[in-house]
Amino acid sequence: MICLEALAKHYGDVVAVADLDLEVARGELLVLLGGSGCGKTTTLKMINRLIEPTSGRVSIDGRDAASLPGPELRRRIGYCFQQIGLFPHMNVAENVAITPRLLGWSEERVRTRVDELLELVELDPAEFRGRWPEELSGGQQQRVGLGRGLAAEPEVLLMDEPFGALDPLTRDRLQQRFQEIRRDLGVTTVFVTHDMVEALLLGDRIAVMDRGRLLQVGPPEELIGRPANETVAALMETPRRQAERVESFLRGDRP
Amino acid sequence: MSEQLALLPEYLTAHLQLALLAILLGSAVSVPLGVFVTRRPRAAQVALGAASVIQTIPSLALLAIMVPALAALSVLTASTFGVELRSIGYLPALVALTLYSILPILQNTVTGIRGVDPAIVEAARGVGMTERQKLVRVELPLALPVIVAGLRTASVWVVGTTVLSTPVGATSLGNYIFSGLQTRNFAAVSVGCIAAAALALVLDQVIRALELGVRRRRRRLVASGLAALAALYGYTGLSFALERIGAPERVIAIGSKTFTEQYILSELISRYLERESGLPARAVQSLGSTVLFDALVSGEIDVYVDYSGTIWATILKRKGLPGTREQVLRDVAEALPRDYGVHVAAAFGFENTYALGMRRGHARELGVETFSDLARIAPSLEIGGDYEFFARAEWSALLDVYGFRFRRKRSMDSALMYEAVAGGEVDVISAFSTDGRIAAFDLTLLRDDQRVIPPYDAIVLVGPDLARERPDVLELLARLGGSIDEAAMQRLNYAVDEHGQTPASVARTLLANLP
Repeated sequence: MICLEALAKHYGDVVAVADLDLEVARGELLVLLGGSGCGKTTTLKMINRLIEPTSGRVSIDGRDAASLPGPELRRRIGYCFQQIGLFPHMNVAENVAITPRLLGWSEERVRTRVDELLELVELDPAEFRGRWPEELSGGQQQRVGLGRGLAAEPEVLLMDEPFGALDPLTRDRLQQRFQEIRRDLGVTTVFVTHDMVEALLLGDRIAVMDRGRLLQVGPPEELIGRPANETVAALMETPRRQAERVESFLRGDRP
Repeated sequence: MSEQLALLPEYLTAHLQLALLAILLGSAVSVPLGVFVTRRPRAAQVALGAASVIQTIPSLALLAIMVPALAALSVLTASTFGVELRSIGYLPALVALTLYSILPILQNTVTGIRGVDPAIVEAARGVGMTERQKLVRVELPLALPVIVAGLRTASVWVVGTTVLSTPVGATSLGNYIFSGLQTRNFAAVSVGCIAAAALALVLDQVIRALELGVRRRRRRLVASGLAALAALYGYTGLSFALERIGAPERVIAIGSKTFTEQYILSELISRYLERESGLPARAVQSLGSTVLFDALVSGEIDVYVDYSGTIWATILKRKGLPGTREQVLRDVAEALPRDYGVHVAAAFGFENTYALGMRRGHARELGVETFSDLARIAPSLEIGGDYEFFARAEWSALLDVYGFRFRRKRSMDSALMYEAVAGGEVDVISAFSTDGRIAAFDLTLLRDDQRVIPPYDAIVLVGPDLARERPDVLELLARLGGSIDEAAMQRLNYAVDEHGQTPASVARTLLANLP
């Protein structure tokens, strides 16, 4: 579905992403995992050309992403990020409706779609349609952000640490709801995070990045069972160690 | 007071015509410019720098600079497009005020757009907006409260500064203030100040409502702010249209300088011409003295009163010792038509000369009667002069011949000089010989024993256009010759300066006594 070939981004002498080859299958969720500055966000933004690649190629459904004007490409790809970026001068319905309106949908169709999406992200349309972003909690805002990303029925969704700023309880609920929605809609997703647990819980496959390079890509169990190198192994160890500590804590053995 | 209030509709309307259009033009320039420069950081520095430089020019000077600037531009437009620009009056004031309004609006547009949360800008791109859609649907709406705040600042500045457009020949509420200060009519000054302040406050509140409305998304507040603005602009637009429709084909414009005698004489001449020729006439008051002659030559005013010595020294640029009254008058009357097409229609019969005045007792104490006496003790004295005096040819001639070296020179408003010398703030002033306050404050005028200062016969000058179109007006004005002597002029000036009569009412009485 999504195919990155020798994709690279240089800022002067600094290499943000080096010769990346990666494929994402239809309906799959691929996690881009790594510490800050590893190039995962840059990679993500090159897919919808918020950042133009220095070299290499992105194709979506066999079609070169560079063959479309940027804005047109982005209208076909959902995009959600940690800061959400809801438009503060538009109410919830207007925020969700933005991409369908840019695409010139009829008002009737837009209205139906907005209500559908609000229900999908579990916000009562009657109550939330007319609310302003500033009146919403962080979790509610990210639900609206997710609704906005999915509004124009994209086949591809890009997410940049969308749940990173939420409290643990809200994050957990929203992660689960998102997983259900994604499976229902069958939307192909690239998901950036630095959170190992989130990567393991959500990812069909995980691509581990470090200093602009891909270290290993595969299903979670493969990364845990057969890490390609020390760095991946160390990374995969962390959630296990944490889980063991939590378990022993729950058994009553104080560390 | 009621006489002053009767002028309010005219002055207020003229004020609105200047200020509101300047604000509109200023916004029309600054907002697009602001948008443009946020896309190019280099250009932003240049544009903001230029606008700041304009802002540092004192507003009175900026207005004054527009007169020669437009005159120069007019030469260019006349040769390329055959269009002459009017360098006196409405246009220079409008241009200067528009320039003046740019900085706050430009600055706030740039600040407003740059201040939009980067996450929101990224979201706008992320959902698939083009650059233009991002600007129109996201950046401008979010920057709007800041832009409107800039508009508000600009409006208050412009309404206040419009007062200063009187000296470049544009009518405004400043007419109250300039003529009121000169004629010591504090009722007029107060009306002008209060009206200008009230107008600024009204506009400030209207735009504040608009700003709050857009900031808090209160549709009703925005609507009422817009309605009030629309009413103001509608009224102003209508007044423009009515002036255009109602204007007769020829109005004779009578100019005047910025002092009492000039106000009286310009009123007298306009009423007189209306009575005798039936042509409508209009007094254009409080113009800068140097601006007037140029305005006469270019046809922007038709008639004004100047003084033979001033023309002799500053226009004809004659050097050396002048001759007698008759010689200077003859020289001026011959040279002006030849060199400038300007006609000397009449000499009123009095001189208003530059004189040096002192308190009578003080002069006697020091034993000063003549300029030569004064030169000997000048180093221990302070002299006060009006704004022009120390820059004039007469002053340098006095320095050459008498070698004056005063302890200190002070420039001040001519209306305040007399009180300053009477109160001992300065020792000597550059008095005008027809001023009623010379007698009132018991001042004495010193004798120009070397006859350096030329004679200053008050003469009626007529511009080339009017002289060609209506030669009969020249004949009518010639009948004013010899109608006022020095003592009469002093009395008329005193009636305005000290008895609080208006120049118009003094002129009416005078006219009734003319044949």
